[in-house]
Amino acid sequence: MINNAVIFISVSVVLTLVSFFIDRKKTLAGLKKGLMMFKNIAIPFLNILILVSLLIYVVPPDIIQEYLGAKSGALGLAIAAIVGSIALIPGFISYPIASMLIKQGASYTVVATFMTTLMMVGIVTLPLEIKYFGKKVAIIRNILNFFIAVVIGLLVGLIL
Amino acid sequence: MKKILKKYKPYIWLLSFAIFTLVSFLIGFQPGKDISINFRQFFIEMVTFIPFLFIIIGLFDVWFPKAKIEKHIGQESGIKGIILVIMLAMLQAGPLYGAFPVAYILYKKGASIKNIFIYLGAFSCLKIPMLGIEMGYLGWKFTLVRTLVSLPLFIGIGYLMEYRLKNKDFKVNEVKAKN
Repeated sequence: MINNAVIFISVSVVLTLVSFFIDRKKTLAGLKKGLMMFKNIAIPFLNILILVSLLIYVVPPDIIQEYLGAKSGALGLAIAAIVGSIALIPGFISYPIASMLIKQGASYTVVATFMTTLMMVGIVTLPLEIKYFGKKVAIIRNILNFFIAVVIGLLVGLIL
Repeated sequence: MKKILKKYKPYIWLLSFAIFTLVSFLIGFQPGKDISINFRQFFIEMVTFIPFLFIIIGLFDVWFPKAKIEKHIGQESGIKGIILVIMLAMLQAGPLYGAFPVAYILYKKGASIKNIFIYLGAFSCLKIPMLGIEMGYLGWKFTLVRTLVSLPLFIGIGYLMEYRLKNKDFKVNEVKAKN
């Protein structure tokens, strides 16, 4: 945690200084843009942190271990892939959830599958996708990505 | 009245949580205290790196403007085409449905089917802002492994989609936003 802060703070300071040295105006515009983006996500992010704080208290770790842990097998994988495909959680907000799941005993396979389906498969946004690509292509893409997400999860779990 | 409600709606959770925490400490409600301690940990974890991540993202945005790069990307083929669409995708942010309009632009400019789907794949798993948050929360090892595993698979999807859709008059439609 402290490491994180050190890395991100030093990288941002170095980049800002270099950028400032090259072009002051651009740098200020960039900083402003970044802080605006942060402002936009701050409230939803805090809300998710509240939710995660509640969940971590209410759901005991052994339940997470049983259903999403290393021994949950195909069931854990299926839960992760299906929930990830249906849920419409903005990516940046899903990371605190993923981190909490791992700390509470979920396996890397399950979390990687969940994250990948979350980003790659969208049941809720399928109607919109169909408008762009047509029914057949949109459905093929989602099904294909669903299975690829499971493969990614398994491989990530295998390596880590 | 409705307008005011709408304006403050995002804060309702925060406010209720603040009141809940305050009351918990006042009456000594242990679960409430524990939850607020959890929250404090998550909050510290978040504020020590997320704002700085956004500074980095903001700087990236001004130095590598997406619109400008979009203008230069299209018909390139081969490895160069693949690398360019992946780079374009990495600069993006936001949910997958934000990638569809860009897919339309790529299609309009004559990008191959393969590159359009590689773009979508890279968009979903390689966006720089996402990678930053992922490293912060799940560690660089997880991020590195997930990225390296995903990349070839998404390129594979691109080839597979092109193989299946070639000569089947594949097209991307323009969808105008309703307002």
